[in-house]
Amino acid sequence: MKSLAELDKLREKLQDEMRLREGREDVKVVVTMGTCGIASGAREVLTAILEEVSKRGLKGVTVTQTGCAGLCHCEPLVEIERPGRDKVIYGHVDEKKAREIVVSHLVNGQIIKEWIIK
Amino acid sequence: MELYRAHVLVCAGAGCISSGCQAVKSALVESIDRLGLQREIKVVETGCMGPCDLGPVIVVYPEGVFYRQLKPADAVEIAEEHLLKGRVVERLLYKAPEDGKTAVTSDQIDFFKKQTRIALRNTGIINPESVEEYIARDGYRALGKVLTSMTPEEVIECIKKSGLRGRGGAGFPTGLKWEFSAKAPGKPKYVVCNADEGDPGAFMDRSILEGDPHSVLEAMAICGYAIGANQGYVYVRAEYPLAVQRLSLAIEKAREYGLLGESIFGTGFSFDVEIRVGAGAFVCGEETALLASIEGRRGEPRPRPPFPAQEGLWGKPTVINNVETWANIPPIILNGPEWFASIGTEKSKGTKVFALAGKVNNTGLVEVPMGTTLREIIFDIGGGIQGGKQFKAAQIGGPSGGCIPARYLDVPVDYESLTRLGAIMGSGGLIIMDEDTCMVDLARFFLEFVQDESCGKCSPCRIGTKRMLEIVERITRGEGREGDIELLEELGQSIKSSALCGLGQTAPNPVLSTIRHFRDEYEAHIYHKKCPAGVCRALMVYAIDEEKCNGCGRCALVCPAGAVYGEKKKPHRIDLEKCLRCGTCMEKCKFGAIYTI
Repeated sequence: MKSLAELDKLREKLQDEMRLREGREDVKVVVTMGTCGIASGAREVLTAILEEVSKRGLKGVTVTQTGCAGLCHCEPLVEIERPGRDKVIYGHVDEKKAREIVVSHLVNGQIIKEWIIK
Repeated sequence: MELYRAHVLVCAGAGCISSGCQAVKSALVESIDRLGLQREIKVVETGCMGPCDLGPVIVVYPEGVFYRQLKPADAVEIAEEHLLKGRVVERLLYKAPEDGKTAVTSDQIDFFKKQTRIALRNTGIINPESVEEYIARDGYRALGKVLTSMTPEEVIECIKKSGLRGRGGAGFPTGLKWEFSAKAPGKPKYVVCNADEGDPGAFMDRSILEGDPHSVLEAMAICGYAIGANQGYVYVRAEYPLAVQRLSLAIEKAREYGLLGESIFGTGFSFDVEIRVGAGAFVCGEETALLASIEGRRGEPRPRPPFPAQEGLWGKPTVINNVETWANIPPIILNGPEWFASIGTEKSKGTKVFALAGKVNNTGLVEVPMGTTLREIIFDIGGGIQGGKQFKAAQIGGPSGGCIPARYLDVPVDYESLTRLGAIMGSGGLIIMDEDTCMVDLARFFLEFVQDESCGKCSPCRIGTKRMLEIVERITRGEGREGDIELLEELGQSIKSSALCGLGQTAPNPVLSTIRHFRDEYEAHIYHKKCPAGVCRALMVYAIDEEKCNGCGRCALVCPAGAVYGEKKKPHRIDLEKCLRCGTCMEKCKFGAIYTI
């Protein structure tokens, strides 16, 4: 550590991970992982999202899972929640779609309308 | 650091380690591996989270779900249900003892809700073995701020303005202490951390060192800059192996990152810390004895003045502060002295950590603002007295402190109010006693402790407390005489005014304060030969209720002294001349016919 600026830079990088323990996230990405979800590939989806979020260094994003949402025929489901906005639910997500959702929805703020469950 | 979707925090404070958290953690890690979740879920060992009686505990983030009293099999279930499928395991959640309400997250539990955590801000939240996690929570930023934008005088002024006082016992203003050392002639100067926590029942210093060692290192470096010192020592007792181990690792990591060592942050200021392990003598918590021990001499106190701030380690100006005091420094620097001074009472600022022990439902570590009442600490946070019994008194400040009876439950706890009641803040050991505690016996316990630990250098402490112990022991044996109470008071006062060091001067406190608040109990022992709480064995009289006794003869069979006699199938009696007051007969009687008077 040669300077305070270096510490600040390091801290910012490290804070992303710790934010999880403070419950102050801006965006929450939820993958439903009931038996139905897992059977149709939710685990691969979740891993892909985690990888993509961390690769792009997105800040304030929590990736988490929940139980069956009742829409078993649309699994795997991915829900994206932003404070103050309606929840967006994507259905039939696979690994490739998951990565695209991260890029398009989280990074560029473009909702991919055709994959949304109505 | 990698991004994970969940963090599982496993409390690895010494309390949870002894209740088996390591086995729980291995079961958890194994299950996570078996389920293939290792890339998604991170398991972190933290320092003490506080609720030690609920251990082993884990918290699952981001939800913050709090699980308690876990066994390895429970950990497997949590992994399969919660971590894999996102279903909270209801059965392992905390239930409030009063109303049986279930709390999902820790902030729904009274024990946590009513606390304000400054010194314990990171303990139980970060992995103490990871400097990265400390940095992520603003670690070493205070040191950076001090080194790059403040003069040493400004640092001292900031600490003075905050109103921070020493958390180790006497409550001397910390900023003033720093100023004395900064102005004292003589070089080199030293910074010392007193981690020789010896009060029975107090363990906040250990928990901070185990749970957040970097906060102490950072604070010591800040002080080093303020007073012009380049070397620090942490004096910690060998009975705290985990604290020593985590602190050593922290020093190593800090050096690796250049946060200790030569020219920190490229400012030209150098500071390093070394550990000195003590053998665990109680007197070495006294600052002059502690310094002597660091120097390699016999751990005995010397008269003050000169105070260590002027002539400390190797005769050089030395700032010596207690662990908890150090842990308060970085937040004060970062948030400003006004912020700190806004918490607490007029003369006692900030928070205090208490180690709750004894007959209270939730034992463990709690941090509350100064001025919180004992009632809030014991009943709101502590969850009340075990078994629904009556609260009798709280012993605060260890062997140097005193007892506070029930009628003062609503007095705000700060340095001044405790001194007025004949107790002291001390290091913050808080032992809660119910109606079954004998205050004379309690005084005897602490006197015995002081007698054991007296270094023997000055006669008031060495001989005086011995005489006091003899008198108190006599009273508990039922041989108390008229005038004993007055004699104890006189002896106590002269020891207080003539002993050499702080320990001797406060050694009579447990006796004096119990006489002050529970004089009637002493009188009952001396004049009526009775122990109201039924603790002092020699004063107990066992008797048999002839109505309940059916003459089964079991009591006569188990009595080691052959003191129970009587015919079969007829009520028995106890020969008090032979009775040893061991209580075996009472224990074995199936009909509850034996009672004490």
